[in-house]
Formats: sequence, C-alpha cells, structure tokens
Amino acid sequence: MEKDKEEIQHYATTPVRTRTTMKRRAWLGGAATAAVVLVQTAFGKRMQAAVTHAEKSIQDTTKKLGTPPGVLGTRSPFEVPRKKPSDTSSRTPLQDLYGMITPSDLHFERNHGGVPQIDPERHELMIHGMVEKPMIFTMAELKRFPSVSRICFVECSGNFRGGNETLTPQEICGLTSQSEWTGVMLSTLFREVGVKSTASWFLAEGADAAVMTRSVLVSKGWEDAMIVYAQNGEAIRPEQGYPLRLLLPGWEGNTSVKWLRRLELSDQPFMTREETSKYTESIGDGKVRQFSFVMDARSIITFPAYPAHVEKGWIEIRGLAWSGRGKIQAVEVSTDAGKTWAPARLQDPVLDKAHTPFRYIWQWNGEETEIMSRAIDETGYIQPTFRQLSDARGGSKGGYHFNPITAWRVKRTGEVLLQPEAGRK
Amino acid sequence: MRSLFGLGTVPAPLIAGRNRPTIFQAGGRRALYVVVLAFALTSCFFRNNEVTTGESAWPATSGLGRVATAAEIATLDIDVRPDGQGLPPGSGTVREGQLLYQQKCARCHGRTGVEGPYSALVSIPSDTTRKGKQEKTVGNYWPYASTLYDYIRRAMPYDSSGSLTPEQVYSLTAFLLHANDIIDSTTVLTNQNLPQVVMPAREMFVTDDRKGGPEIR
Repeated sequence: MEKDKEEIQHYATTPVRTRTTMKRRAWLGGAATAAVVLVQTAFGKRMQAAVTHAEKSIQDTTKKLGTPPGVLGTRSPFEVPRKKPSDTSSRTPLQDLYGMITPSDLHFERNHGGVPQIDPERHELMIHGMVEKPMIFTMAELKRFPSVSRICFVECSGNFRGGNETLTPQEICGLTSQSEWTGVMLSTLFREVGVKSTASWFLAEGADAAVMTRSVLVSKGWEDAMIVYAQNGEAIRPEQGYPLRLLLPGWEGNTSVKWLRRLELSDQPFMTREETSKYTESIGDGKVRQFSFVMDARSIITFPAYPAHVEKGWIEIRGLAWSGRGKIQAVEVSTDAGKTWAPARLQDPVLDKAHTPFRYIWQWNGEETEIMSRAIDETGYIQPTFRQLSDARGGSKGGYHFNPITAWRVKRTGEVLLQPEAGRK
Repeated sequence: MRSLFGLGTVPAPLIAGRNRPTIFQAGGRRALYVVVLAFALTSCFFRNNEVTTGESAWPATSGLGRVATAAEIATLDIDVRPDGQGLPPGSGTVREGQLLYQQKCARCHGRTGVEGPYSALVSIPSDTTRKGKQEKTVGNYWPYASTLYDYIRRAMPYDSSGSLTPEQVYSLTAFLLHANDIIDSTTVLTNQNLPQVVMPAREMFVTDDRKGGPEIR
C-alpha cells in the first residue's frame, strides 16, 4: 500500500519526461522504434524534437496507470504549438490551430514597452474630461456592472508580410487571434459618468511603460466597445492587457488599449504618436491615411500552406476569414490560380467581426497549381488581389491595413510554397 | 427609450429601477410592480429572464465608483493636444536639448538622429547617402509638434520612461524640431509657442474615407 502511494505521489509530482522508471523502460525495451513511426505525422519533425525517449517508450496505455486528476490542465507533450516572437510582437501559429478560438496563451502579442505586471487590487479606471461626473472605478466595481461576453477577433493593422516563398501563415498574418471576451459595455460606463453630447473623441491610455494612448471615436464607445477583464473564461492574460483592456470589435488592434487605466472625453482627437507617425498608411499622391480604424475583410488558407507537404488525392483546404465591418458572407476558393472560384463551407456560427473558419474539399490531380481564398463580407467587399490593393493605394506594396489574397503554389513534389504578390492579375 | 412588452415606447421613469441609487440595493419592489403590471396588460409570452436581465432593468446609475478629485485627475492626465491643452508651463532650448539628446537618446537613435539602430528621427534631404531608406522621421512624417512633447514625456527614454522634467522635454522637443529644420537654433520653446509650430508633414494627412462595400481603397 505504502509503495503504491509512493508511486502515485511520484507520478503526480515528477515531470512527464522523467516519469518512467528504470524497470519499466527496460521492460519496454525496443519499443522506441515503433514510437518514432507513431509520431511521424505532418508535424512529425517538431514532435520528435520535443518528445523524449522515455515518452516514446510509453506504448500500451491500457497497462499503465495514468496521471491522477490535477489542479491545472496541461498540453500533451506531443503538441508544441508556439508563438513566433520578434522584439515587439509575437505571432499566433494559425497553421497549427483548429476552429475559431485562439488558445489564450497563443493569442498574438504586440506591445510598445513590455508587458507590465499589474496588481488588480491597485488597478483603477479613471474616466474624465467632457463628462458630467469624472469617476474612478476599481476592478471589483467594474466586475459588478452588468456583464457581456462576445467572440471577436483582434488583429494588428500591421499584419502583412510577403516577398518570400517560405513564409508560414503565422509569419504572413499571425497578428490576428480570436477570443471570447467578457466585461462591461463601455456605453454602460458612458451613461454612468454622463458623457456630454458635445464629446466626439476619447483618449484611451494604458498603464504600461509606453503609457500607450489612442484616440477613439465616441460613437464607437456607444456602439459596441467593451471594457474587458476576461478572455476565454478566465482573467485576461498579462500579454493581452491584464487586468483590464479596451476592446473595439473590428478595429485595428492597437486601438484596443491594454492595461487600460484612463479614458478622457474630448471634442477632438489627441493626435498621439501611434495615430500619426505609426498606424497610418500611404495611399498615393503623397497622401497618408489616418484613423483607418476598421479592419477590411481578409482570409488565408492555413492548410495546405508552407511548410506542409501534400499528396495527390482528396485534400480538405482549410482556412480563416474575417471582417471588421460585420459578418463574413462567403469565402471563395480557387484551385486554378484564380481563374475560377467556388464557395467554401463556412463554420457555424458565423459571427459579427469574427474569425470564421472555412473548408473546401479538393481533389488534387498532382499537377502544379496555385490555391487561394478570398473573403466577401456582408457589405459586399471582396478581398482584393495584391495588384488591386497596390493600384488603389498609388503603388503601395505593404504597410498598414494591407489585406491581399494569399496564394499558395502546390508543386508536383507536394511541396507548398507562398506565391509572393499573389493574384497579380 | 425602448419598446417594452409590445407597449411601444415607455417613458424612462417607468423603466424598472431607473431612479434607484443602485441595482444592488433591495429597492426593486416598485420596479417589480411595473413589470407585473406590464405582464398583466399584455398577457405577454416573454420568458421571465428577459425581464430581469434585459438592459431595460438597469438603473440610470449603479452607485459604483467614486468621483475623481481634481488632484487624482492631475496625477494621470499627462496628454497634450495639438491645440496645446495639457502642456505644462515651462520652456526649453535647442542647446540644452542637444546635450540631453546625447546623454539620453543617441544610444538608440544615433548621434545625429539618423544613424539608429532604432527609429530615425531626423531627415536631412541633402544627405544622398541615405537615399532609398525613406524612413519616417519627425521632419517628413510627424504632423503635429504637440505629439513630440506628449510622446517624449510619456514614453521616453525607452528604458526609463516618465523620468524627464517638463523643461527637459521642452528642450528635447526643441532640439528635434531644430535638427529637422523646423525651428531655428535660438528659439526658446514654451507652452505658448509650441502649438504654433507648423509641421511640414501636416498637409499629407487625410482622414480615412473607406466605407466598406465593393470599392477597394
């Protein structure tokens, strides 16, 4: 009995990688080879890198007691999705995910002064400026207001990379993620403080080292803006703004100010650094577009996509589509380099301003071709080709709010490569 | 004003609890009568939870939060608008700014503001060696001088943000405006004249005119 207890204790507290006893490992002996075959899937290369010899040896799970219930769930050691960080951001591995929700720890990150560590007991939200009654709310108070949950995407407007055929969906546009957010409608707080009818803009300010600020239209505040404290059923992750962030559905991610501490109502925009020198884009004739808040419709095929290899025969083409202007109405897929298009199946429910997974069954005959998708939203906007977008913006080849069709070249070898500057026609 | 129970528009005072101090105090009895009356009048089929959780059940004020004092607001309210609102009293010089720049900024932005490694701040149109880089700088891309003051004050230096005095921020702003050939070397920058500075990039900026629909913009 004592020994059993000890063994269970050992099992519960020892990291998976070192769990197997000497005796058991010896008994399993030459099973390691079979384990390698077992994990040789599409993502085999990475799995093998992450799985130890001992883990591969655990073969017959019906003959070994499993892990007892724990206090926190874990990811299988066979699954190693990773964000891709740079100095200032970290990208969601779109090609490794399923369905419409981004796991919170894989939500993309963008910060301008690092992730602050904030004690929620000391964090407050101040609302002042053109209001009847300037007020301060504690976190506990904000959580007592009538709450609302909604699912929507958050996308950085600087979410386009191209020019190289060995880019993954994560590298091309991994600065978009989707969560269920919970909080209080900003309109509820606007009523609480009595926003004056002459107020047309408000400043949102974060408590990070950049003291991030953006000017937002008051109309968005009345429409669907939220002050959120929860993400996918738990408190917001620090990287996403713990303990409090602004959420502006459909608008460029930078405006959904994280670590939110202050809102100031005004009758004019504040012209902060981010909305003048940064999140603005060239549109030709020497003009620069400012306050481009809404994210236009976009889609991307996430499978098959670089670095996947495919085989001749039936392939389910999978991807994501989204629009900051409303619901996705349709996604069309082309498997002949943009000559013909056919509708993909959309995953229900199709939500307002939300990532909408799409699927399309394709029988590949083994000949080289290009596959691509285009999103159509409920306003009738059709995701443009690179050329259409560039032409509309005076030859611009990227920058903020750049949402062209992404095409993948499927080679006879089964290799899938990004077709740079897709859909040039 | 919203339609309740098919009765058409209901005046605000009739909406449940509107005049109560807080939704969390036990004061909903009168509100309940209104709701019951509405049910009786319309013999309606609404599920009960629509009555108790609908937005119409919310009071005008929750009683949550506290009034922010002027001192509390002043502590956080550091933003500066293009019209100068928010600028603290004070002044700074190009000469002082140049010294500060070398001490606190050159490490990241380069000795003269063009070398990097991080954001170039200065445009020198005559410098042909940098042709093709076309970096966005204060001189060629920033539409308002107020933004410079606001941003340096809140976020710079990168590893010690919020450490500069108002005078230091005025001086750094003056130095960068001068380096970009926007003000002359003798200008003393103050809360009075900073909003008057006209930036070369101002005329480039247009407000978003995309509206959805088929047009690609």
